Amino acid sequence: MAKHETPLLDQLESGPWPSFVSDMKQEAESRAKNANNINYQIPVDVVEDLLGVLELSYKDGETHWKHGGIVGVFGYGGGVIGRYCDQPEKFPGVAHFHTLRVNQPSGKFYTTEYLKQLCDLWEMRGSGITNMHGSTGDIIFLGTTTKQLEEIFFELTHNLNQDLGGSGSNLRTPADCIGAARCEYACYDTQDLCNHLTQEYQDELHRPAFPYKFKFKFDGCPNCCVASIARADMSFIGTWKDDIRIDQEAVKAYVAGELKPNAGAHAGRDWGKFDIQKEVIDLCPTKCMWYENGKLEIDNKECTRCMHCINVMPRALRPGKQTGCSILVGAKAPILDGAQMGSLLVPFVEVNKDNDYQEIKDVIEAIWDWWMEEGKNRERLGELMKRQGFQKLLEVTGIDPVPQHVQEPRHNPYIFWKEEEVEGGWERDINEFRKHHLR
Amino acid sequence: MAFISSGYDPENPMKDRITDIGPRNYEEFYPPVIKNNKGKWLYHEVLQPGVLVHVSETGDEVYTVRVGGARLMSISLVREICEIADKHCGGYVRWTTRNNVEFMVDSKDKVQPLIDDLQGRKFAGGSYKFPVGGTGAGITNIIHTQGWIHCHTPATDASGPVKSVMDEVFEDFQNMRLPAHLRISLACCLNMCGAVHCSDIAILGYHRKPPMVDHEYLDKMCEIPLAIASCPTAAIKPKKVEVGGKTVNSVEVNQSRCMFCGNCYTMCPCLPLADKEGDGIVLMVGGKVSNRISAPKFSKVAVAFIPNEPPRWPKTAETIKKIVETYAADANKYERLGEWAERIGWERFFEKTGLEFTHHLIDDFRDPAYYTWRQTSQFKF
Ligand code: HEM
Ligand code: HEM
Ligand code: SF4
Ligand code: SF4
Ligand code: SF4
Ligand code: SF4
Repeated sequence: MAKHETPLLDQLESGPWPSFVSDMKQEAESRAKNANNINYQIPVDVVEDLLGVLELSYKDGETHWKHGGIVGVFGYGGGVIGRYCDQPEKFPGVAHFHTLRVNQPSGKFYTTEYLKQLCDLWEMRGSGITNMHGSTGDIIFLGTTTKQLEEIFFELTHNLNQDLGGSGSNLRTPADCIGAARCEYACYDTQDLCNHLTQEYQDELHRPAFPYKFKFKFDGCPNCCVASIARADMSFIGTWKDDIRIDQEAVKAYVAGELKPNAGAHAGRDWGKFDIQKEVIDLCPTKCMWYENGKLEIDNKECTRCMHCINVMPRALRPGKQTGCSILVGAKAPILDGAQMGSLLVPFVEVNKDNDYQEIKDVIEAIWDWWMEEGKNRERLGELMKRQGFQKLLEVTGIDPVPQHVQEPRHNPYIFWKEEEVEGGWERDINEFRKHHLR
Repeated sequence: MAFISSGYDPENPMKDRITDIGPRNYEEFYPPVIKNNKGKWLYHEVLQPGVLVHVSETGDEVYTVRVGGARLMSISLVREICEIADKHCGGYVRWTTRNNVEFMVDSKDKVQPLIDDLQGRKFAGGSYKFPVGGTGAGITNIIHTQGWIHCHTPATDASGPVKSVMDEVFEDFQNMRLPAHLRISLACCLNMCGAVHCSDIAILGYHRKPPMVDHEYLDKMCEIPLAIASCPTAAIKPKKVEVGGKTVNSVEVNQSRCMFCGNCYTMCPCLPLADKEGDGIVLMVGGKVSNRISAPKFSKVAVAFIPNEPPRWPKTAETIKKIVETYAADANKYERLGEWAERIGWERFFEKTGLEFTHHLIDDFRDPAYYTWRQTSQFKF
């Protein structure tokens, strides 16, 4: 017998898509039954009360979570999000309902052994409800009480060799695409770079010292499966400098209809016979390819590496061998000044494991120095870039301006020359001037 | 409920303390076939919706079965995922960026039993637990934020609208009939934890009433200068008010300047703006993040407001369905929704989808607005 009636939520149990309501009910039942005799450290009926408060929100059309509340584990400024219910009397089980962010392993591969350990921990000391995963990438443990925070942290670090992620004005938990682990397009090892920088910058991850949040995301190629270009202050997007590798036999096989275009991704409809001219060559944004005498030719110097031809014919075309990544900076969601897309800062950098990615760290640290010095409270990097200008960014990172930095040159001639750039400087003598120019 | 200590001693918090060890190393979690072939993959193919094969230069193959999941998951469900992975996949499993779960096996004969097992499991309420799909030119899982389940600023719920919309477009999760893949995302307020601003279709929770001011508590709970500085439109200024015969420091909101972003509430809990009638959904369309063919694009507002209609958000789901169907019928192969809209022109987009164009769709926010007005006489009637 459920503790609270949930007539509205119950309607979300039908339909084919997995129902979070059914899942929560299942968890509520499992806790009530307690078949494994767990010594629950937070109220047994926490999930029932969570369903209850959500039902109330469905009735009221408004959230019932209170604003903020500062809780955390000792010495960390991030990783825990305090949360209290504004109807604690009705729903005592969720009166205190804090969230922990558990730093996910790069690539989000897991052994079941590890997952089960997490489940055991979260069953005993938390609500048993998770997000797999939050939008930033962490595993999210959804809901526990203040007293359990240190206990959970202790068990995570001592028994699971596992740390919390970031929240607050600090480096947020970095996230990556599957990359070289299972994607033939990957131009560098996203997992290794993501993990390396996560480890390197633990202090920045856990102790807020920044003006606001800062995100790294790693995409192995310009397809951008983790959307780094739109949502990371620094996006690392795999790319290459030399020629697309072509297997002409495979090209012929595509033309002959033996291989399915786009790896079979369009199988749900009859789009007619594959037409290399129409589907690849004419759609190439730079018109740098042609098909002649049964051979596909690419003028690679003109290619902008958009990935289209490779996506369409993955068995015939591959990125080149001289690979690395582009670094784009300043992407963010709309708050405060409108949405911003990442802007290209480093067109190409080798992704070099052998010197612990030093070239990349040099760029990161130069940017942080600037942003921590100049950034206002709650100003994202992209906003600082707008306020002080891209030229300032080049100056602080010591990067030379190149045409790749712009879509097109500036529209207005309001050019800010610096005094040292103008012959003779700005100081002049008005009396000298007046000798030749009457008042 | 007797308290059990893990070994942590509150009197001595530094004793044996371990910090800053970071996440577990990804290498520990690679299935053997991944570990052996990392960086050596030659090509992949989508064998059927939800099923991928990747072939390595070593000759090894890995078959992946991708299933959708609500991102909110109980540990019972995670344990069930583990049970399946133990049975079929040697104890390995992975999640994707869009909250799908991927089960991998190293030979073809293990695929069908895995699919049968996954598709066969249902919740007591009737929905699938692990529907297979989400690949190629179709609709994959909706990434989303917390909503009413856990956040203090939402203008709509997250899990409920996502469930409702995924039910509506479920066939396109298990099919690949669209011109290109189509990504839907949801953020329950303008903070956009889910960064929906570059999605083919974005569902965005939005408030439409300026904040109320809790004068009695404001000065006690908030830093007034911070609250004032937080407002992007400078709509907040300091004010002294009378409460119960006493003069207190508080603020005043210039309501006609407010764009309901909620930033002030984030800085100061005494400025709440949630409201049953005021809150609802903005639908945005045509964004993308991939660099394929055209550059990444922001999503554009296509519907300025749809009321919250819990529990099933019918108007939202139906409008999305309409956009998807029009796109499916009209776009060229490989054309993303935003590329299609740009090719036919936005005047045609509204005509074909039957969505109403209103003054709310004309930008009036600072500089970016200017770049969205039409600056040519090239338009369509
Ligand atoms: C074998 C591995 C994968 C391959 C070969 C692959 C390939 C692609 C391709 C070809 C695109 C299309 C770009 C376009 O047409 O505009 C794409 C986009 C995308 N992929 Fe993947 N992908 C892989 C794995 C994943 C995974 C595991 C995820 C996470 C669930 C993912 C998420 C995305 C997203 C979100 C986009 C959309 C980017 C946008 O909105 O424009 N991909 N991927
Ligand atoms: C204005 C200040 C903001 C506040 C107070 C705030 C608050 C929060 C809170 C409380 C959460 C945790 C939700 C939960 O797990 O219960 C969260 C998550 C998150 N926020 Fe924000 N947020 C703010 C701005 C932003 C902005 C501007 C962005 C994006 C540009 C953003 C991105 C995220 C992301 C990616 C997450 C993770 C969401 C998830 O776990 O699914 N936040 N934020
Ligand atoms: S971003 Fe590129 S390398 Fe990474 S998973 Fe997507 S297609 Fe593969
Ligand atoms: S990657 Fe893009 S730009 Fe380069 S040849 Fe292929 S289609 Fe053309
Ligand atoms: S998008 Fe807004 S309401 Fe939703 S979880 Fe993020 S901060 Fe909360
Ligand atoms: S909701 Fe936004 S625009 Fe309105 S007063 Fe608050 S900060 Fe200003």
